[in-house]
Amino acid sequence: MAQEKPCCCPKPPWVAGTVDTPSGPVDRVSTAWSKQDARGQIWCRLSNRHRMNYTVVPGLYAVGNADRQSPVFVSANYKLSFDVLRRALDGIDGWILVLDTKGINVWCAAGKGMFGTKELVQRIRAVGLDEIIAHRRLVVPQLGATGVAAHVVKKQTGFSVAFGPVYARDIAAFIQADYAATPQMRRVCFGMRDRFELTWMELVPALKYFPVSLLVLFVLMGLRPEGIMFAWGIRGVFPMGLALLAAVVAGGFLTPVLLPFLPFRSFALKGWIAGVAVLAAMYAALETLLRQNRYYLAAVYLAFPVLSSYIAVNFTGTSTFTNPSGVRKELKIATPLCVLLVVAGLAAFVIGKLRAWGIV
Amino acid sequence: MKYLANVATLRLDVEKCTGCRRCVEVCPHGVFEMKDKRARIVDKDLCMECGACEKNCEYGAIRVDAGVGCAAAIIYGILTGKEPQCGCEPSGGGTCC
Repeated sequence: MAQEKPCCCPKPPWVAGTVDTPSGPVDRVSTAWSKQDARGQIWCRLSNRHRMNYTVVPGLYAVGNADRQSPVFVSANYKLSFDVLRRALDGIDGWILVLDTKGINVWCAAGKGMFGTKELVQRIRAVGLDEIIAHRRLVVPQLGATGVAAHVVKKQTGFSVAFGPVYARDIAAFIQADYAATPQMRRVCFGMRDRFELTWMELVPALKYFPVSLLVLFVLMGLRPEGIMFAWGIRGVFPMGLALLAAVVAGGFLTPVLLPFLPFRSFALKGWIAGVAVLAAMYAALETLLRQNRYYLAAVYLAFPVLSSYIAVNFTGTSTFTNPSGVRKELKIATPLCVLLVVAGLAAFVIGKLRAWGIV
Repeated sequence: MKYLANVATLRLDVEKCTGCRRCVEVCPHGVFEMKDKRARIVDKDLCMECGACEKNCEYGAIRVDAGVGCAAAIIYGILTGKEPQCGCEPSGGGTCC
């Protein structure tokens, strides 16, 4: 039993023939990306729904003319992880052992234990790997080490684990060097391009609340002692919505992209500074649009950068160098300050409102 | 890029280290190096607490409080008293057919 695919599944388009093994035929995968694969990658950066359902069937796959001596590369069943690996194996004869990580990438799945020792041991047995290959070595991506204990795998299956490079693009060099990675291959990067690609996924969840926020702002700005005044609402929601959008962009886009250039190490502080800076750049426009109501302006400057800060501090989950102990420390210090700023902002807004009504 | 100083919970017990080099192999931030056939922490502030070294230290020489790092998950953990959970949970949909 080399594969456990249900009979009703049509072969995916990236399967190109089969390779015969003592355990039966194994699907051979193409190392080239089709247009569909390339489109799929882009969608992974844009749509959470697409990303969460982008999977391949776990099991064993062959690359090139894999035989009993060929290396085995372990991967996750997130199709993008799998695609990046098979593309990197162009010109290499080998096997890909896909674990069931519920469609999550190697690193995230390893952190949750889904790309883990237990699943790897079970998958080795399920595909009958010891009958298909003669050697006893597996190449596990280095970032899988968070979930895979190499010595336990060895004890339970007899297979020794070599942790491969962080990036699949280094695999050819890794094999050339007789399964040795240079220190460079062992480092995870977080360049501006990486950060840029990840920003959309920061913005989308925040922007989901944007229409509702506009409605709330409309009601608040339109509020009069005698009811909600449409003209006031419209006139007020425009500058407020603009400032809100700017705060979201400052936290979810500018902070990640400009991360190393923003002062201080704390993400909460970086985000807050980005929020203040962007809103400061818009001061003239906001002042005009808010009709010189200084209390409204104060409300914007007190409360909105807190939103930038919150979105920015959440980027610690995406970044590759922050640690949870640090995030806990940031939250402990930032949360009371943020609550204070928001309360002050609300107070300023209420005073502004009372003045607009001519009460004070 | 470096994160906050002096917060990482990483601890290495050199007495238990056998010099197998696994920690050097698995760490994505070059936190460890070999010195006199034992592991040594180069810069603890580079540690992201992913837990790969602890998981792969056969001799129990490394301890680190590993976990997910996103703020929403940690807030969720603090509010509910459960393990921090982030948004990248599996949707549970079938893979085929």
